[in-house]
Amino acid sequence: MSQAIHQLRRQLETLAPSQTYGLKHGQVGFGVSEIDAHLGGGLGLAMLHETYAAETADMASSSGFAASFMQRIAGRDRRKKRPVVWIRQTMSESETGRLYPHGLAGLGFDPANLIFVRVRQPIHFLSAGLEAVRCTSLAGVIIEAWGAPKELDLTATRRLALAAEKSGVTPFLLRAATDEQPSAAFTRWQVASAPSRALEANAPGHPTFDITLLRNKAGTHGQSWRVEWHHDLGQFQLSKPEWNRVQSVRPRLGKPAPGKPLSGRVVSVPARQPVAASGSPTASPFKRTG
Amino acid sequence: MAVSREAMALGLTPGLTLADARARVPGLVAMDRDRTADRAWLELMADFCDRYTPLVALDEPGGVLLDITGCAHLFGGERALQDDLQARCIKAGMDVRTAIAATPDTARAIARFTIGKTQAIIPTGQEAETVATLPIAALGIDRDIDLALNHAGLATIGDLAARPRTPLAARFGTGLITKLARVLGEEDISIVPRRPLPPCTVERRFGEPIGRQEDVLATIEHLIEQAARMLEKRGEGGKSFEASLFRTDGAVRRLRVETSLPTRAGKPIMRLFRERIDTLADPLDPGFGYDLLRLSVGACAPFQQAQTSLDGHEMADEDVAALIDQLGTRYGKQAVLRFVGAQTHIPERAAYEVPAKDYPDHRLTHTQSIAMPDLEWAAPEPGEPPNLPVHMFEHPQRIEALAEIPDGPPLKFRWRRVLHEVARAEGPQRIAPEWWRSEDAGLTRDYYRVEDTKGRRFWVFREGLYSRETEHPGWFVHGLFA
Repeated sequence: MSQAIHQLRRQLETLAPSQTYGLKHGQVGFGVSEIDAHLGGGLGLAMLHETYAAETADMASSSGFAASFMQRIAGRDRRKKRPVVWIRQTMSESETGRLYPHGLAGLGFDPANLIFVRVRQPIHFLSAGLEAVRCTSLAGVIIEAWGAPKELDLTATRRLALAAEKSGVTPFLLRAATDEQPSAAFTRWQVASAPSRALEANAPGHPTFDITLLRNKAGTHGQSWRVEWHHDLGQFQLSKPEWNRVQSVRPRLGKPAPGKPLSGRVVSVPARQPVAASGSPTASPFKRTG
Repeated sequence: MAVSREAMALGLTPGLTLADARARVPGLVAMDRDRTADRAWLELMADFCDRYTPLVALDEPGGVLLDITGCAHLFGGERALQDDLQARCIKAGMDVRTAIAATPDTARAIARFTIGKTQAIIPTGQEAETVATLPIAALGIDRDIDLALNHAGLATIGDLAARPRTPLAARFGTGLITKLARVLGEEDISIVPRRPLPPCTVERRFGEPIGRQEDVLATIEHLIEQAARMLEKRGEGGKSFEASLFRTDGAVRRLRVETSLPTRAGKPIMRLFRERIDTLADPLDPGFGYDLLRLSVGACAPFQQAQTSLDGHEMADEDVAALIDQLGTRYGKQAVLRFVGAQTHIPERAAYEVPAKDYPDHRLTHTQSIAMPDLEWAAPEPGEPPNLPVHMFEHPQRIEALAEIPDGPPLKFRWRRVLHEVARAEGPQRIAPEWWRSEDAGLTRDYYRVEDTKGRRFWVFREGLYSRETEHPGWFVHGLFA
């Protein structure tokens, strides 16, 4: 049932043409009216956009955010999905792991639609990115940069932006482990992981991001939103603050019956060493391991 | 012992022992034999001989066999070809002896064992008389047989040929008789070429050597057009293109590009060649110029002219294929990848990378063997968050965790020296090892999706079940969620 509704929704979305606001190639919004209104419709297609992972540990979120948004861009053409090229440096891979296609599929991003390029040198991801952006048959290009390589300067990003404008391909530049650098990006976002809305039994919920508009050539910047990505709807949703109350994380414990000693024992033991066989009375079944 | 021209003039002969030679010529300079260098030089020679015919075989030690059937007229006849070859070799400072004959064995015997002459052409039918005076060693047989025949008073091939063959075969084996028949020109064999014969080859020779890169590229482009016409007649396209640049001094440089779809369109191939030249680790060195350019097209396959549909979809596929080829040429085929799913529960094996260039073929075989290609990348149920991480570590990273026993999620854990307090958790998702694969397939893993207080989501697992498999299971971070 819900599957059918979900499909209908997708169909509806593809039937309604994306609105253009005087931009040559149109725009793609977040699906969140508040943000889209602020951006005057959404992110401009065929323009360079940048995301900064707030901290290195937020790189997965930054990837997820870009993949989710790219999925909105690639999914626009109902006749045939155009491929996305994703360029990563080996350096990023050793820091945050490899791109896992099943995980991308979990975000609604079809890995069969992805061409993945792995390069070693910063100069290479730039030239590969430029080459890909020039290929008119792509939906978008995600370029991940680690740190602030000197090759990735204002001129290089301007080159990317110009190539994109010419070809209609939307490039995303993902940056991490660096402060803000000068660039020709049309919008710049900071992406950080945010606590998700818990599901049943306090399970982690949908991917949730704190996004901050750091720069916006077409308007004001500095705004922040907390958004959730819903892969089944294919759109973002604003996250409400009350959703994010952190519950206590001991669902399985419950209160001990009064008067009875707790079962188990609480001992902090160094990893890989046996627990001393002491029948400590105050105990809970936790154990330090690993 | 091998000897140089100068040594020969002093009366030394090949095969002499070093001590004897030293005794005769006290100031002798002797060097150890370097088989690798000899081999490398011979390979260079063979490369150089590629200019005459694509069928070249090594004949060690120190020999090269060329099958020039149907090639000689390109050089103005056998004599002219031989002269050209000889002249080039002498220019390069080599002493060579050449012979042209109807069978490779005859030519080999004459080139190696004729004394005095450095050049010979044996007309068909005169093999037997020509080789008659050569020593029996010219047959290329074992030293023992050679010695035995000599002891029997048979010194030349002529002596041997005059004998009835049956007793010879009975005494020395049929190998000797076969060799004899081949050297006498009674039996012909074809040589085994060093490089496989490409299905389509075009070449261009220059009276004046060319050296400028632009000229080289223009010639390659011209050759591609020529090859395309040949391919068009056969209804085929090529997937690998190799340009061989023959330098006047004999060095040969080969440039090779590959495409993911069979093609015969000049422009994309040219772009790949330009790319290849730009990314060469050692740039093209024309030296005194190239006097022969050859283009070989390999891996030919039926080529269908893409019908450009109204919406231009076919064009789009070609565009993407061209991009893949270009990036592949520049960074290597292993750098441009696509993902393929696999039917396994072990997360790190559930997907693998294949070069994007091979993806169409791969996909074809894959979907044929597994009847549900659409399930390859299953999205989670609507309303459910992703259950697999977007980033995964190739090798799970060990963490220190505090967790409830026996199978609770971690409460807090330390990863890369940072302490994470778990705020939400879901699990375990138990993944048993694939015991049918190997003896030590590992331990059962209990995976948990956890989120820390800052909102970062991790995929962690405990390796081993308490008390059943291990007393002290380890904890690992395996992936990061968006």
